[in-house]
Amino acid sequence: MNRDDFPILNSGIIYFDNGATTLKPKCVVDKMIDYYTKYTSNIHRGDYDNAMKTNEAYDEVRELVRDLINAKNISEIVYTSGTTESLNLVAFGFFKKYLKKDDEVLINKAEHASNILPWLVLQKEIGIKVKYIPLDENRELTIENIKKTITDKTKVISVAHISNVIGDIRDIEQIGKICKEKNIYFVVDAAQSISHYKIDVEKANIDFLAFSAHKMMGPTGVGILYGKKELLDKTDPLKYGGGMNQNFESNGEYVLKTAPIKFEAGTPPIAEVIGLGEAIKYIKKIGVDKIHKYELELKEYMVEELSKIPNIILYNKNSKSGILAFNVEGVFSQDTSVYLNHYNIAIRAGNHCAKVLKDDLDIKNTCRVSLCLYNTKEEIDVLIKALKNSKDIFKVVI
Amino acid sequence: MDKETKREIILDNYQNPMNKGLKDDKSYILKNTNNESCIDNIDMMLKAENGVIKDILFDGEACAICTSATSIIIRNLIGKTLEEAEKIIKNYQNMINEKEYDKELLGELLVYDDIYMQPNRKKCALLPSDAVERILEVIRNEN
Ligand SMILES: Cc1ncc(COP(=O)(O)O)c(C=O)c1O
Repeated sequence: MNRDDFPILNSGIIYFDNGATTLKPKCVVDKMIDYYTKYTSNIHRGDYDNAMKTNEAYDEVRELVRDLINAKNISEIVYTSGTTESLNLVAFGFFKKYLKKDDEVLINKAEHASNILPWLVLQKEIGIKVKYIPLDENRELTIENIKKTITDKTKVISVAHISNVIGDIRDIEQIGKICKEKNIYFVVDAAQSISHYKIDVEKANIDFLAFSAHKMMGPTGVGILYGKKELLDKTDPLKYGGGMNQNFESNGEYVLKTAPIKFEAGTPPIAEVIGLGEAIKYIKKIGVDKIHKYELELKEYMVEELSKIPNIILYNKNSKSGILAFNVEGVFSQDTSVYLNHYNIAIRAGNHCAKVLKDDLDIKNTCRVSLCLYNTKEEIDVLIKALKNSKDIFKVVI
Repeated sequence: MDKETKREIILDNYQNPMNKGLKDDKSYILKNTNNESCIDNIDMMLKAENGVIKDILFDGEACAICTSATSIIIRNLIGKTLEEAEKIIKNYQNMINEKEYDKELLGELLVYDDIYMQPNRKKCALLPSDAVERILEVIRNEN
């Protein structure tokens, strides 16, 4: 659907790498060009017309984000450079202070590097214990296994809402409920879900939520950290400088501004924040539920068709998002992706930044198709046809 | 070399690579090479005696280009002196990187003489040569 909004599609590319980054609709790009060609200026510093216009365009986005995830207040919405920075801010700005030796943080092996490494660093630095919630036979995260892994020492559960390799949708409302009952902090990585699935931070009792604009049809370079107000108040910034201080003196005294501004030192990616706002408007206009329903339909069609090809191995047939991991039997995933490039099909080959999943997946590298609303059945048919001809793979790639 | 011959050599070395599988043997020197820009990941181990390469083994998960290049390099280097090996590696790297090189030295490695046309695969072809280069450096420093 909405293919006309994405000028890049005119090139004929079949873009199935949306888990890495999505394409951008023209309205998002135009909005950013407007800022660069009509009213460029810095934020919060000028009294002239363009500066005021920039302030307005920039500040308005916080409300759009708040509304998207149903946060209570715009002061709970921090602009960051992306999911990675958001999760690092959570780990090092908040938990480094509040966790103690032997406190347990529960993650799982299907998480992205950005939701594993910061915890591993804290494990080394302050002696917390990182524990992996076991995945089930479909490599999915279940409530039952979460419950089984929780102990008296569990202080944090940090999971992706949708995993970027397996594509299973975690029941965050249920997990949030458990966390509330047991007094556990709940951190959610929404990088893969934010534009495909409805999120309500209040209903799911989420303490911190992270996502990136570039995976939701917005620009690169900007993302969001949502944090409950009382937690952000206790979180320390990772960056210090202009814009985030109230006052500082040569004798060493300083006072910082309050959240979210205290986390946003320096000139932010202004055009990108404005672009993010436009992307949110775009998603809302279509409706997240409609997007998810359509993508799931596409995925089910793709699974049905690919299952008919004997030498295709599917790893996550049943997961309910638009992510499908597969391999052509006996072919290294990168060779498959080079082959598909000859059909102008863009997919991803690799371990998808989930390097510890290889322990469980008995195979290190897979091909991944990740869908977005502008993909079509016709595009999937081209993929199917190419994979049906896969005995020619080496004629093409070598 | 025509395209069909090249493809046959590459495919043959990919599907039946030379010396795949490592040994637990301290007389070899081992290096891992992990392609930072793609996903190939191989270990190579090499044994030299009196300035001559006696054996090279490898293992790992890698694409057709990387695996075949590893196999052909192994075929070419076993039995060569360390100086000869260094020269071959240097010339091979020059070929991949579109610099001047001596064709006479490279034998079947010439199947990759047009790999520069696929820039994303240059790294795959270079990976085994990086590993060998690092092993040769260790040997040079030992002596
Ligand atoms: C589940 C998940 N978390 C985090 C990230 C990191 O996002 P970014 O690179 O935008 O910081 C990604 C991106 O691939 C992801 O898929």
